[in-house]
Amino acid sequence: MDALAKSEFLPKEHVSQKPLVLWRPTAKTGLMSWLTTVDHKRIGFLYGFFALIFFLVGGIEALLIRLQLAVPNNHVLTSHQYNEMFTMHATTMIFLAVMPLSAAFFNFIMPLQIGARDVAFPRLNAFSLWTFVAGAIILNIGWFRMDGAPAGGWFGYTPLTTHQFSPHHDIDMWVMGLQLLGVASVAASLNFVVTIINLRAPGMTMMRMPVFTWMTLVTAFLIVLAFPAITIALVELMMDRLFGTNFFEVSNGGMPILWTHLFWVFGHPEVYILILPAMGIISEILPTFSRKPLFGYPIVVFSGASIGFLGFGVWSHHMFTTGMGAMATAAFSLTTMCIAVPTGVKIFNWIGTLWGGHLKMRTPMMFALGFIWLFMIGGFSGVMHAAAPADAQQHNSYFVVAHFHYVLIGGSLFGLLAGIHYWFPLMFGRKISEFWGKVSFWVIFVGFNVTFFPMHFLGLNGMPRRTYTYDADMGWAQGNLIATIGAFILAIGVGIYFVTMIYTFFRGEVTTRDPWDARTLEWSLPNPPPEYNYRFTPHVHARDDWWHFKQHPDEAAAAKAEHEKEDAGHGGIHMPFQSIYPFTAGIGLLIGGIGVSVVDPGSGRKLAIAIIGGVILVVSIYLWSLEGNEGYHLHPEDEEPHS
Amino acid sequence: MSSTAAVGAIDHHHDPTTSTGIPNKKLVMWAFLASDCMFFGCLISTHLIYRLHPPASAPQARQVFSIELTSFSTFILLMSSLMMALAVNAIQKGNLKSLRASLLTTIFFGCIFLGCQVYEFNNFVFEHHMTITNSILGTTFFTLTGTHGTHVAIGVFWLLLMYVRSFQPKDPETRPAWFLGNVAHIAVFIGAILLSGYVLIELAWAMQAGGASPGTLLTFAKAQALAIVGAVACLAGLVRLAKTRGPYDFGEANAIDVEMMGLYWHFVDIVWIVIFTAVYLLEYL
Repeated sequence: MDALAKSEFLPKEHVSQKPLVLWRPTAKTGLMSWLTTVDHKRIGFLYGFFALIFFLVGGIEALLIRLQLAVPNNHVLTSHQYNEMFTMHATTMIFLAVMPLSAAFFNFIMPLQIGARDVAFPRLNAFSLWTFVAGAIILNIGWFRMDGAPAGGWFGYTPLTTHQFSPHHDIDMWVMGLQLLGVASVAASLNFVVTIINLRAPGMTMMRMPVFTWMTLVTAFLIVLAFPAITIALVELMMDRLFGTNFFEVSNGGMPILWTHLFWVFGHPEVYILILPAMGIISEILPTFSRKPLFGYPIVVFSGASIGFLGFGVWSHHMFTTGMGAMATAAFSLTTMCIAVPTGVKIFNWIGTLWGGHLKMRTPMMFALGFIWLFMIGGFSGVMHAAAPADAQQHNSYFVVAHFHYVLIGGSLFGLLAGIHYWFPLMFGRKISEFWGKVSFWVIFVGFNVTFFPMHFLGLNGMPRRTYTYDADMGWAQGNLIATIGAFILAIGVGIYFVTMIYTFFRGEVTTRDPWDARTLEWSLPNPPPEYNYRFTPHVHARDDWWHFKQHPDEAAAAKAEHEKEDAGHGGIHMPFQSIYPFTAGIGLLIGGIGVSVVDPGSGRKLAIAIIGGVILVVSIYLWSLEGNEGYHLHPEDEEPHS
Repeated sequence: MSSTAAVGAIDHHHDPTTSTGIPNKKLVMWAFLASDCMFFGCLISTHLIYRLHPPASAPQARQVFSIELTSFSTFILLMSSLMMALAVNAIQKGNLKSLRASLLTTIFFGCIFLGCQVYEFNNFVFEHHMTITNSILGTTFFTLTGTHGTHVAIGVFWLLLMYVRSFQPKDPETRPAWFLGNVAHIAVFIGAILLSGYVLIELAWAMQAGGASPGTLLTFAKAQALAIVGAVACLAGLVRLAKTRGPYDFGEANAIDVEMMGLYWHFVDIVWIVIFTAVYLLEYL
């Protein structure tokens, strides 16, 4: 038994003697330390870093869209540039901003919340990160090439995206980029599933886990089960485009509707992939700042899980106007309405948490309350779409645009912005200014509503989505101008938010441990948390364990001392070695992806580059497996400084 | 690491370091297989949906398929699962010799399956003129079975790496030398598979064209002399490389690695049973 448990960890001295062919990077600072890191906190930071860069890119794309639509018959952009903008705005915001920002929290916070040393497979985690970066690069290469950026809409409907109607490489890049992002997401999620199920600290039962960790688990399952559908859809599209198969070729018996189904079988769970992490963050923030435990914890957890479950049975509500037939339409209408039930249950539980609490109106709380309010508006318009006859009127109009921005910005993004404020002190040991945080909240809140509320009316007045321009006599001019003004207010708010954040990162007020007087385990750590997280394996005695600890200091301290004595005999903290191979594997995927998607066919160059990338990938994975998951022991000198 | 541990000292069904007692590697493989279920589910659905709407010019699946050949290769693949199970059993008892024999047989059966698929694809394209581009049946058939074949090929490659890994010497001082030998071992193994597969398929074609007469064989041997010599050399190298002496850094503690690979292999076989039913047998109803 012991052989299995401990054999992989060698004492450090032993390793330095061994003449390894395989190079072990040991840098703890500098570029190399970041490229070879397997630390979940550093990986989480990098996810957040890249996500915020792409959030900026996607935001600029959004502003250009709004500029183009500000006044009738505008020509700031050409029609093709406009198509590129709305395609890349959506793709960037969903896959390169919101998902990786959620992943940043999954990585950084979740292992701390369950008292784990790291995720279950640290190198796989690094591989997910670099694969995500490779996919992001391939998606955006088009801006710098003659082909242009992808312009087929974020859902890439066939036959528009088939070779006949999109002959350039832009769609190839879109296909390849999304494919790599899918690999990255699935690999990361497999890791999270195993981590949450298997690496919980003693006493951390499933029903004691913080809700954010629960939502991480549900989201990870959604990703694992939903992404294969788009993977297959993309494979089929790629086969059609590169090898001339007939999946979507009507003249040979293909059916473009197949793409639509496969895409939304993925696409609808995807919207829960975007919102559930935010719901988890909100469920952490509201209890902390209401000074009360979460109202109805088991119900909130169960609602989250049932949203994830039901999310697989509603995809065709994106397709009510495709003529599926009355039975299918009715069935999907019904399942869609069912999803409103667990969502409503969550809202009421959050209200129940606030009810009678001693509310502390700090910036994270403001964003959390904004989330509830705005998400509810988005939810109401969502229930309107669920009724198929109403949806037939709203389909493909700006009403839909208003709806999903209320749930995506008002929902997901507000949740994530709240999370950044909330966990910033833990991540970096500095606290964002309350004044500037609240200013940014109000400017964002006002700007957001001014931008998107008029779109409800524009949509009901018949303005279609993705329209390049419109005539003055359509009656859409006023609403569009207001929306554009709102978009710039929103941009200013986001600007204030990020400038404040960056300033705080370098110069902000240094905080003590647990500045919010919070409830969950991660706040028991010093900030920023040391590389090894917990010096002694925490033993969990209650839901909201850190709160429990603070309420029962004497018995908790006694139990802690006992566990620490036990732990001290185990010979230090097990740390995994750093590794360069996840990074080189990502490089291999990048080169191979470029070979498949960007390089022109003919002359053998395409095949050669794809094979070179593949070889780098295989060799990296091979060396990765040969170096083994060994580690070393760390002996922290003294107890971490108490606040 | 483990050969020092007494045989039977490890409980292979419970890992005390995890919350649930399930080893992490086993759990991640189960989660991945759930993902792969959806993956193949979408591909098989695509095939079945298009099967219901054949265009007028489409080829008839029954006239293209050779159910005898596919039944044979299906049987072989199922037997490879048996050998895989024996391999897991062997390493759980710390029996390296039996592990290697079982792995080699699994690889051998996997290669037979892949060889049958290569033959089948050749046959469909050149004899029955069904290509991946000229009909929707060809498109869905080749994509689906080709994706499955890729899974089998990855499995064979994994088995092969595990086989070679089982020769890692215990003494850390010899590890650099072993590392180079390891690469050579893999190269020889892949060479043996590819070259002997090539020779056998060419031989099958030659005998189909000219009968099994000695004259045909002689012409064949002359034409393919280089490949034959290469195949024999690789096989001989493989036998030679198998004759190293221990102690090895591979044993009971690695049982989880073999078991994880076994889960993958069994899953790929189960997928094939579904494909065999949904793609082949369905046409003969």
